[in-house]
Amino acid sequence: MRTFDVADAPHVPAPTSVRRVMGDVLIALVPGAVAHVWFFGPAVLVQLALATLVASVFEALLLWLRGRPVAPFLGDLSAPVTAALFVLCLPPLLPWWYTVIGMLFAIVIAKHLFGGLGHNVFNPAMIGYAAVLISFPLAASSWLPPRELADGVLTLPQALAAIFTGALPAELSWDAVTGATPLDRIRSGVIAGEMISELRGDPIFGDFGGKGWEWIANAYGLGGIYLLWRRVISWHVPVAMLGTVIVLTLPGAVLDPDTNPFPLAHVFTGGMVLGAFFIATDPVSGATTPRGRLVFGAGVAVLTLVIRRWGGYPDGVAFAVLLMNMTVPLLDRYTRPRVFGRGR
Amino acid sequence: MGEAVAIGTRRWRFHGGLKLRHWKTLSLERTLATCPLPERLVVPVGQQRSGAPVPCVRPGQLVARGEAIALPSSPDDVALHAPAAGTVRQIAPAPVIGRGATEAPCITIDVDPDGPDAFLSPITPWATTAPAALRTRIREAGVAGLGGSLVPTAGKIDAAGDSAPTLIVNGAECEPYIACDEAQMLAGPERVLLGAQIIARAVGAAQVILAIEDERPELAERLAESAASLGDAAPAIVTVPTVYPEGGEKQLIRVLTGLEVPGGGTPLDLGLLCLNVGTVAAVHDAVVEGRPLISRVVSVTGRGFGAPRNLEVAIGTPVAWLAAQAGGYTDAIRRLVMGGPMMGVPLAHDDVPVTRASNCILGLIAEDITPTAPELPCIRCMECVRVCPAQLLPQQLFWHIRAGSYDQAANHALADCIECGCCAQVCPSQIPLVDYYRHGKTELAAQRVEQERATVARLRFEARSARLDRQEAARRERLEAKQQKLRSARDRKAEIAAAVARARARKQGNDEDL
Amino acid sequence: MALAIVVIAALLGLGLGFAATRLPEDEDGVVASIDALLPQTQCAQCGYPGCRPYAEAIASGTAEINQCPPGGEAGVAALAELLGREPVPLDPAFGEAGPPLVARIVEDRCIGCTLCIQACPVDAILGAAQRMHTVIEAECTGCELCLPPCPVDCIDLVEVPRAGGVHVLPRPEIPIRLEARG
Repeated sequence: MRTFDVADAPHVPAPTSVRRVMGDVLIALVPGAVAHVWFFGPAVLVQLALATLVASVFEALLLWLRGRPVAPFLGDLSAPVTAALFVLCLPPLLPWWYTVIGMLFAIVIAKHLFGGLGHNVFNPAMIGYAAVLISFPLAASSWLPPRELADGVLTLPQALAAIFTGALPAELSWDAVTGATPLDRIRSGVIAGEMISELRGDPIFGDFGGKGWEWIANAYGLGGIYLLWRRVISWHVPVAMLGTVIVLTLPGAVLDPDTNPFPLAHVFTGGMVLGAFFIATDPVSGATTPRGRLVFGAGVAVLTLVIRRWGGYPDGVAFAVLLMNMTVPLLDRYTRPRVFGRGR
Repeated sequence: MGEAVAIGTRRWRFHGGLKLRHWKTLSLERTLATCPLPERLVVPVGQQRSGAPVPCVRPGQLVARGEAIALPSSPDDVALHAPAAGTVRQIAPAPVIGRGATEAPCITIDVDPDGPDAFLSPITPWATTAPAALRTRIREAGVAGLGGSLVPTAGKIDAAGDSAPTLIVNGAECEPYIACDEAQMLAGPERVLLGAQIIARAVGAAQVILAIEDERPELAERLAESAASLGDAAPAIVTVPTVYPEGGEKQLIRVLTGLEVPGGGTPLDLGLLCLNVGTVAAVHDAVVEGRPLISRVVSVTGRGFGAPRNLEVAIGTPVAWLAAQAGGYTDAIRRLVMGGPMMGVPLAHDDVPVTRASNCILGLIAEDITPTAPELPCIRCMECVRVCPAQLLPQQLFWHIRAGSYDQAANHALADCIECGCCAQVCPSQIPLVDYYRHGKTELAAQRVEQERATVARLRFEARSARLDRQEAARRERLEAKQQKLRSARDRKAEIAAAVARARARKQGNDEDL
Repeated sequence: MALAIVVIAALLGLGLGFAATRLPEDEDGVVASIDALLPQTQCAQCGYPGCRPYAEAIASGTAEINQCPPGGEAGVAALAELLGREPVPLDPAFGEAGPPLVARIVEDRCIGCTLCIQACPVDAILGAAQRMHTVIEAECTGCELCLPPCPVDCIDLVEVPRAGGVHVLPRPEIPIRLEARG
């Protein structure tokens, strides 16, 4: 008689792992990050490195405090994903300790206090973003103008100095390096009674959305296609979200083009594309049924538009995602698919 | 029972499923051979289901090959026959692989290779034999679903009756490595085709088709040649796209007809009778040769064996003996599995017998096995939902079972899970999902039994309480009656006394008046 | 405005009043629901002569929900859930949860006194005066009530597999390296 070790089925090599999934998300973020660097300078890289480091330290510390093994969880790459999404939502010259506070909220409060990987109710990166945005509204919305509109981007040493000491090169002032984002401009413009056609003449607008921003959105879209191809995300959320934006904004833009931005302007400004492919598709805090994901995506789109139109913040993707996170148990409950061979 | 569904040329898709590497040619390089008899056979009786056959032989008794050694204890079951001639050594529990149980009563036979045969008489020509006689033969021969269900074929055929269903012979072996059906069809296609015709006659089937996967062109060719020689009555050979788990009865029916077998129902609800290739060949042997179900084809395959091949194996042959016939274990073997890589049960040792349900013995090397990446918490990625052919929410089932909310898992249609393993295969967190479902299903079964027992106990307690109350009431009534009697006796005395007193009083009064 | 609030308040008040009078289950329904959660061993360890009487006592508020050892902690939890109360640990004064048992009569010691037959709450013992008795195992709840009356101590309680031997496959173990260090 010969004995063998037994293990749980299936007895086939596993094609995937959490590490691979998260690694794919990081790869898919590369085009967007490169576009960020191109338009806003190497400060983005500083922030990415800083946030990843801080997130990993918090992750390791919390795993240790919770008595969990550190290595397998740190190796799953979920903390770097959270860090990267957080950084790409915020202005590159954010003071370093804002990033630390953002990561504290994201990793410690939103993730580990809810039970760690797989147990967080809210999207950790968006919790971090929301915490910073609410606490420091001015700094968190002080975006640099993209390359074409700026007198030049900050070099790496200048960026380091700005982030860690708050010191700018002698010839620059904070007012000079920061400018309104396209969404701010539309918002304040519409409130001031300007027509969209007039606004479009502003140099910060490009072909569809904000100059520079539209290219960043394209780069995120490219990453999103990679994620779809790798089957890391399903089509449901991006299609539902972007489709809802277009469907809801089209009638207004056609009927009253003077006060309502064209649908593509909504898609290609702010965090809409990033949200559709990378944020609202976060599996842990999203719905888990196909129809649930459609509703989730559509809900994020509706809430984002509502916040953009009537809310107090220029972009609402983060708050929309957090609000929809709350509805997930309800969505899962009421969108259960029909079981094979059974009626509804 | 539904009207028989005609199968046309259109093919449908079923939800989910996986494209898996096939690995079939590994064992098909060598032709089907008969496995020599070992010295000793261990035939399991009564694993798998309740109402199982009961041994009808005694230790020391001589048995002939094909003689009944266990008789059915319920009309839903069929007899077991001696896979070889020899002497019954013992009837005792022995290690087996079945659903859950690790031990089952087994009849051990010391094999006498020169012993006699005791087959049934061949039915020839079957083409003119009454369907009822064919059905009786299928029952007598103990044919059961060799696809793994072990459902007695006679039961299915009797349920179909004369309803003229469409007969589907399931040759779509979708699980990697397993090639026992294909080997059988390559070696003797006419057995399968004739077997299908026999069953078609037994149930009056209107249409007979044999479904195979489209990635096996050689097989299709071989079957087509054979079918051509049989003429018009031969089953139609159809190909279906190769997707795991297409060999599942419900999935195959969906692909062929676009219909779904109702949950908790059978294909007969759609007017379909679905049988496995091995089962159909066994019916052929039972009718044409009078040979009961005493052997089956087993794929002994995987890179853990020196010479992987398909073997016709007597039921009860130990796995160790089988391994020796397939070139023995290679040094690289790391895991031994009974069944395929997706649904199979890992064996802790090779001292277990082949049962009627064993379609494959798989020897896997390190490279084949899931690299032991750490199991992580579920990240709700929905991959399992995408691949689930039963259209369930595997991750919800997992959460509920893990939390011990078995009723919630049942509410999420745990019973409809076919345990195909697709969800566990694609899980990035490497969670052994199917093992959770098997635990949940068996736990629910145990809870059902407990619930039934509690109900019986409650009814018996209530019946007893009612009886005691009744007895108490009767006793009290009797007592009451007795007291009544006493009281009335006492009353009469008191009345008399009162009358006497009155009379006396009157008398006194009279006296006073005077 | 004020009027609207008054109207809304009045409507809500009416609704609540209606709900309060209509929604609670009738007494029998509550007792039956409680009874359905009890293990029906009829062992009387709770201090009541059977599961139904205990259910009635719980419903009327005279008994706590933690007096049923055969039901175990799971049973207490189920009762707490049904009645919307906090789960409490099993009261050890009433006994401790144990494995499933059945009674078995040692046949050569039984003198046929019928005392156990009278004690059995579910009529699971067969026999007659001066004849040997036997336990119908499938119907025995393992309540132990037959033990005290037996004058010759011929009844043993034996452990039996759960649910008549339905084999429950093990729940996969959560890898130790992912568990808390404790």
